[in-house]
Amino acid sequence: MLRQRKLQPYAFIAPFLIVFLIFNIYPIFLTFYFSLTNYSGMGGIDNATFIGLDNYRRLITDGYFYKSILNTIIIWVGGFAVQLLIALGLALVFSDIQLKLKGLGFFRTLFYLPNIVTVASVSILFSLILDWNYGSLNQLLMQIGILNQPINWLNNPAYAQGSVSVINTWMWFGQTFIILYAGIAGIDNDLLEASFIDGANWWQRFRYITLPQIKPIMLYVMITSLIGGLQMFELPQLLTDGTGSPQGSLRTIVLYLYNQSFLYNNFGYGSTIAYGLFFITVIFSIIIFKTMYADQVKEGERR
Amino acid sequence: MSARDKTISDDAISLSEKGHRQVIQVNIVRLVIYVLLGLLAIVSLIPFAMMIINATRTNGEILQGFTLIPSNALMENYDILISYVDVWRGFLNSLMIAVLVTLLNSYFSALTAFAFWAYNFKGKTFIFGFSLLLMMVPGQLSMLGQYELASNLGILNTYWPLILPAIAAPFTVFFFRQYLYTSMPYSIVEAARIDGARDLLIFHRIVLPVLKPAIATQGIFTFIGSWNNYMGPLIMIRTPSKFTLPVMMGALSGSPVANNLGAMYLGIAISVVPIMIAFMFFSKNIISSISSGAVK
Repeated sequence: MLRQRKLQPYAFIAPFLIVFLIFNIYPIFLTFYFSLTNYSGMGGIDNATFIGLDNYRRLITDGYFYKSILNTIIIWVGGFAVQLLIALGLALVFSDIQLKLKGLGFFRTLFYLPNIVTVASVSILFSLILDWNYGSLNQLLMQIGILNQPINWLNNPAYAQGSVSVINTWMWFGQTFIILYAGIAGIDNDLLEASFIDGANWWQRFRYITLPQIKPIMLYVMITSLIGGLQMFELPQLLTDGTGSPQGSLRTIVLYLYNQSFLYNNFGYGSTIAYGLFFITVIFSIIIFKTMYADQVKEGERR
Repeated sequence: MSARDKTISDDAISLSEKGHRQVIQVNIVRLVIYVLLGLLAIVSLIPFAMMIINATRTNGEILQGFTLIPSNALMENYDILISYVDVWRGFLNSLMIAVLVTLLNSYFSALTAFAFWAYNFKGKTFIFGFSLLLMMVPGQLSMLGQYELASNLGILNTYWPLILPAIAAPFTVFFFRQYLYTSMPYSIVEAARIDGARDLLIFHRIVLPVLKPAIATQGIFTFIGSWNNYMGPLIMIRTPSKFTLPVMMGALSGSPVANNLGAMYLGIAISVVPIMIAFMFFSKNIISSISSGAVK
């Protein structure tokens, strides 16, 4: 009886553990092994040659890889900055005690709507809307008189990257707004009341109370957005039929990884890019974490 | 009226005037904000409006320009779309996968969370910590290995590699375990044991019902995640009739449907509108769980 109870928990976690080992851990090691070979992705790994760190040497000198990092970062930063500004603005006005805005529930639902929709569908939708000649956006802007002639959104590197940033903003500002609003709503009321009594103005209240209080949440938003942003794939792939054009400006890290692995049958090198991506993710997360908490560390040292 | 009284009443007037001015000021600010919110709402909705309106227009009409007035080519576009792409098949494929993924994910995560919550066993901390650590690893790291594994197991071009991994979802396990710690007294399990109930029965009869709200919350996100998954089925599935909806959408622009923009817009609308309607029903739960997830 007692023995049975001892084995019981293992029986319960067994399905989780077995599937986790087979479908998560083993593939991670397998991918790492691929990265040390010239495996094409076809005919089994036994037919591949072990080439040691050659793929990694290639990776750190690969201009396309660095370009893909730069593209991904530019698109992410553009989208995130605008998204954060809009979301923070919304969260501030909706939590303002003097304004007492109505319709929070309505606007939260509405602004979150673009996030719920399949990215693949969004991508195809925007590839139609942004079309140079027949896209509804150019047609609309010309009809209202904002544009004199159509802009070829997806044919110029800067416009193309900007377009993807804007689409990302459109998809994510609602979610960021919901999170930041929750953070601001959770701030201790005593702090705000004290600031009123001390005669702090709007800006001082924002700068010295709201902002420091929601810092951990901003960090959370930033890191989750960064991790998602570094894995950007659907939009650039489907907007460009997988090419990452114009001039490779939409070739993101994961699009490069996908094309190397499945288009050019370069599984070995694709796996190396995957590990490169992992490394970049860790580095950037640490940088964000450190910069956000740099002043706190200093304060700690002073004490 | 003495001079002193006069200044006091002057002060009172200027004070109320000041207050009055402030009220007007707040009203103006509020008006400006509402206008901006309205604009933002339009920006949020206009792509969907373009999608729905253009789905009812002929190719020729769309080429001519954009208008907010729907036309009457909906059925025509539908016939064109359906003659090349079986959207409803993709819809059913996606639905089937998402339902199975959600069920497996919820049940086995609950079972695992129960084991982590109710027992002390060797390796408990290690297994839990290790799986949490791996949660941080991007999916791309296991993707190519998973493809090879599926190929070796002979389950490439089937739904197994998309469904089975749902059994091991560290984040859901973590979430359920936290939930059990905060809302389930351990004494209930002990009492049931004394009554002679077997542990699996305790899990099914007592723990699962308690976990219901947590399962609902997490289940919505699991379902959406599976429904929207593009890269997994893109890699694993080759036969067009087995395509999920997102992969089908991706293949749309390379298909003959692309010659008719109205049919294209309709295809996208079919993939988008049902999930939007479902969202309207669940939006309160979704938004509150995003909010609570952030504050934790």
